[in-house]
Amino acid sequence: MKFLAQRRRRPWVAVVLLGFALLVVGGGYAAVSNTAPAEAAMGSQTQVEEGKRLYLEGCSSCHGLEAQGTQNGPSLIGVGAASVHFQVATGRMPMAAPGAQAPVKKDIYTEEEILAMAAWVASLAPGPAIPTAEQLDFSDADVAEGGVLFRINCAQCHQAAGGGGALTDGKYAPSLMNATPQEIYEAMLTGPQNMPIFNDETLPTEEKQAIIAYIDDLQQAPSPGGLSLGRLGPVVEGLFMWTAVFAALIAAAVWIGIKAR
Amino acid sequence: MSARNDKDLLPVNPEPGDPKPGYLPVADMAHKPRVTDTDPKAARRAERQVAGMFLLSMLSVVLFVVAFVTIDVSTTVYVPVLGVVGASNLALGLTFGSAIFFIGAGAIQWAKKLMPDVEVVQERHEMTSPKADTEEAAATYERGKEESGFARYPIIRRTLLGALALFPIPLVVMLRDLWQTPAGANPVEILSTTAWRDGMRIVPDIGHDTGEGVEGMLPAEIPVGGLVSALPYEIKDTKDDPAANFRQRGKAAIILVRMDPTEIRSQQGEGWDYQGILAYSKICTHVGCPIALYEHRTHHLLCPCHQSTFDLADSGNVIFGPAARRMPQLPIGVDEEGFLVARSDFAEPVGPSFWERG
Repeated sequence: MKFLAQRRRRPWVAVVLLGFALLVVGGGYAAVSNTAPAEAAMGSQTQVEEGKRLYLEGCSSCHGLEAQGTQNGPSLIGVGAASVHFQVATGRMPMAAPGAQAPVKKDIYTEEEILAMAAWVASLAPGPAIPTAEQLDFSDADVAEGGVLFRINCAQCHQAAGGGGALTDGKYAPSLMNATPQEIYEAMLTGPQNMPIFNDETLPTEEKQAIIAYIDDLQQAPSPGGLSLGRLGPVVEGLFMWTAVFAALIAAAVWIGIKAR
Repeated sequence: MSARNDKDLLPVNPEPGDPKPGYLPVADMAHKPRVTDTDPKAARRAERQVAGMFLLSMLSVVLFVVAFVTIDVSTTVYVPVLGVVGASNLALGLTFGSAIFFIGAGAIQWAKKLMPDVEVVQERHEMTSPKADTEEAAATYERGKEESGFARYPIIRRTLLGALALFPIPLVVMLRDLWQTPAGANPVEILSTTAWRDGMRIVPDIGHDTGEGVEGMLPAEIPVGGLVSALPYEIKDTKDDPAANFRQRGKAAIILVRMDPTEIRSQQGEGWDYQGILAYSKICTHVGCPIALYEHRTHHLLCPCHQSTFDLADSGNVIFGPAARRMPQLPIGVDEEGFLVARSDFAEPVGPSFWERG
C-alpha cells in the first residue's frame, strides 16, 4: 500500500482513476442495460484485430484506448456495430473539429475497414447490430403507414418532408434527403448525437421499413414547382420573396435610376 | 394663381444676395450630353441593343410555345443550386419570364440611351385649397354642429358615444360559439381532464390503429435515451368517431422518455417515474403545439412553434421561450401483468392556459 500512498497525488492518477471509473460504470451499465439484441454474428478474430488497429489509429484520441470514453468523446462500450457503421460511413466520425454536432462529410474509410472497427466495438459489449439486408428490404412496406409513423415519431425534428430542422444551442436534425435506408435504420436503432433511440421493441422492424419507404418516397418525389426551398412551406417562401426577390427588384430600380453616360 | 412664389417651396439661394429669386439648382446644372448624343456610332449601337432585346422577347415567346408542346410534364432535370426540378415548369417559367423581362429592359434602355435626357422643371400649383374654399368648408361644419345641437344636448352626445362603444361587443361574445360544449358539460372540466386514470395502460401511438391488438408496453422495451409517443389504451374505443378521437388525442397525448435514474434532478411528484421512464404531456403549454423534439443527451424538449424549451430531467420546467407553465407530468407505474400504466390523471390541466384556469 505504501507504493500507492506515495503516488496518489501524482497528476496522472486522476486520469487513470477516471478511465477506470468510466470503464466500470460504462461496462456495468452495458451489462445490465436492455438496449437491444446482441450482435448476432461476431466478426472473425482477424477482423476484430484489424478493427482495433484502425480504432487506435483514428478514434482512440477522443474515445480512449479501451473505448472507455474521455472528456472529448463518449464511451463506445455497448454502442454496437450499427452505431459505428452509421457514424463512420456517413463521415460524421472521426470529427474534424469539436462542435455542437458532428456534420456529415466525406467518409475516409472503406466499407471493409468500417466493418472491422464495428466488429471490434461490438466485441467489447453487446449492442445493436448492423441491420441485415432482410431488415432493410422495404419493398413490401406500406408508404402511407410509414407517413403516419414518420409524422408521429420523426417529423417534429426532421420536418414533415424530411428537410431537417434546428434544435437547441446550435444542434440540428439533419435533412434526410440523401440518407440511405441503412443509415436511417441505424440512426433509429442507435440514436446518434441527440436523437432519441427507437429500438426494435418500441418501433418494430416492419414499422421502420414503412418509415424508410416513406422517406424513400420523399426522396424520389419531384419538385414540380421548381426551387423547393427546403420544402418548409410559406414562411420560407415569403422570406425568399422579401430578401432575394425584393433585392433583385431594388437592383432593377437602381439600374433604371442611374443616369446614362 | 397663388400669391406665393417658388422661393417659398424650393431650396434657398446658395449665396445671400443672389439676384435671382426662386433659384432652381437643377435648372442651372450644366447639361452633360451622353455618349449616344454625341457619337452616332454609339447611338446606332444602342438602337441595335434595344431592338435586340425586343427580338429576344419574341424569341422567348416562340421558345415558350415550343417548350409547351415538346417537353413532357413529368420530365425532370438537374440544375445546380436548384436540384432536381420539373423540366417543363423550368422552361416555361424561364421563357415566359424573359419574354416580359426583355420588353421592359428594352424600354428602359431606349429611354436611358436614346430618348431626350435634358433636365426640365415642372411647374406645380400650390398644394392647399384656395382660402375661400377652406373657409366655406369650416363654416359648413360649424353650421352643421349648431343645427344638429351636438354641442347643445350633452346627454344625446354621450348616449350616442356609449351606443357606438357597446356595439362591437356582440361580435366578441359570438366567439364563444367557436367551441360547442356538449349540453350540461362544464368547459373548465373538459379542459382540465384527460382520458388518463389510475391503471390505464399506455400504448405507443401508431396512428389510426393505436390500441388495436396491443396489450400495452413493457418497461424493458424502452431503452435509456429512447422516446415513445404514446396514448391511453382506450383511444381505440373512439377509432370510428374521428371527432372524439381527435379530442382525446389532443389532450391525452404523452411522450415517454427514459433516462438514467441518477440524471433525474427533480419530478413533479415523488416517484412519478418508473425506473427512469418519465411520462410528460405532448402538448406545449404555450399555444398547444404537439412537441417531441427531445434531445436525449441534454433532456431538453423543444417546441418547434415558438422555441419554448422544457427540461425533462428537472420537472419539465421551462428553461427558454414564451411558455409560462411547466410541462405537466403523468405519474406512471406498472400493473400486475407488468405493463406500463398511468397512476392517475394529470395533476394540472394540459395544454395552453385558458381563461378560467386561474
